[in-house]
Amino acid sequence: MFKKSVNKGMEKVKLFATWSSPFVKRIIWALKLKNIEHEIIYEDLANKSPELLKYNPIHKKVPVLVHNEIPICESLVILEYIDETWKDAPRPLLPKDPLDKANQRFWAKFSDDQVLPSFYGYIMKQGNEKEEAKETTLAHLKRVEQLLSEKKFLSGESVGFLDLVFGWLAENSRPLEVVTGLKLFDEDSFPNLCAWRDKFLEVPAIKESWPDQETLIAKYQEINLSKGK
Amino acid sequence: MGKGSEIKLIGTPPSPYVNRVQIVLNLKSIDYEFVEENLACKSELLLTSNPVYKKVPVLIHANNPPIPESLIIIEYLDEIYSDVHPILPSGPLARADNRFWANYMDTKFFPLFEELRKTPGKEGKKAIMKQIIEGSQLLEEAFVKFSDGKPYFGGDDVGYLDVVLGCFLGWTKFVEKHNEFKIFDEARTPKLLEWTNRIWSHEALKDVIPESETLMNFYMILMKYRP
Repeated sequence: MFKKSVNKGMEKVKLFATWSSPFVKRIIWALKLKNIEHEIIYEDLANKSPELLKYNPIHKKVPVLVHNEIPICESLVILEYIDETWKDAPRPLLPKDPLDKANQRFWAKFSDDQVLPSFYGYIMKQGNEKEEAKETTLAHLKRVEQLLSEKKFLSGESVGFLDLVFGWLAENSRPLEVVTGLKLFDEDSFPNLCAWRDKFLEVPAIKESWPDQETLIAKYQEINLSKGK
Repeated sequence: MGKGSEIKLIGTPPSPYVNRVQIVLNLKSIDYEFVEENLACKSELLLTSNPVYKKVPVLIHANNPPIPESLIIIEYLDEIYSDVHPILPSGPLARADNRFWANYMDTKFFPLFEELRKTPGKEGKKAIMKQIIEGSQLLEEAFVKFSDGKPYFGGDDVGYLDVVLGCFLGWTKFVEKHNEFKIFDEARTPKLLEWTNRIWSHEALKDVIPESETLMNFYMILMKYRP
């Protein structure tokens, strides 16, 4: 059995990205956690590159991981691909137990299908729609809070797949609070979630990736999110 | 194989998502107990097994926590019964390709059918039928790539995408008849048309996909309660 080299110039990994996409960041974190050398190509979604359109002709979206010229699309598909290809380097993102895996996949879908849309709905919408989105998001967050009871990370003892999937929440909640004044969860009502957010942001692979918290605040201010108040 | 009713499947016969799981259980020769649910009056079992979505299918394996979501159930079954009729291929890239197309079918293609049902008026429906046809052509290309000259998406025998798409064939036939248009046809999607005929009579599917009459009844209920 030969040892698969983790990027010694033999494997080429490119990631098509944008700074703001919650789906992109989770891939960057995964690549860093697995010590996979990669090149990030930042796209202007108003002016998509021919390469992006070639690699993702159906959805024309980011992220797209290109591994030795072969594209993989859809962030959850990419995460599982990374975990299966770079198996133990240094450790798996998903648990080995099929039931635990099924559980994490279920909550990953919940993040993307339910929590993320309602959270951003709350930030962006106005009036009654804003109020409704707030109530829905709080209900969803209560479930996530429960998931974290007696657990350090969503994936268990160490950061893993489910933390990366929910990472958008850890990363964006405070910067958006600062810019829009909209605070969704506090230490009293969501102690587990707040503790998880702090721990997650301290993980070196997470802490060292761009954009950091300060840059996010600046960028959100730039795009004048504060008018979503 | 034949572990008694260690496996319970909560579902309703007309649901293609439930049918998916039944097909996989059949392919792997797994005995199971089918717990039929009345969606108009959901049971305590369903509400506690899937408190987040309250939907079918839900798989309960022995005393373990229940597993909802058809694609998640399929991967679970494939992992614990890995020695009989593997559903997904083993290579990471092939698995990623399969999962991508299942995601396309569930998030882009199948929702069009519900939209078609709910859209009033001829013009509106025509626009959606056009999208369904465009989708079917993407699926034709996908079939050609995956099958590589063999009879199924999975190659020589039924695999993941055969199940993920195949479970809908009762509904596609129904929708074609009801709206008087062809989703799969000889000119545009010749390979896929052949495949639909082939898989329709496959052992694992033929007793699972409901008859048109069952689907018609279910369709009328949907029109009444979810217009």
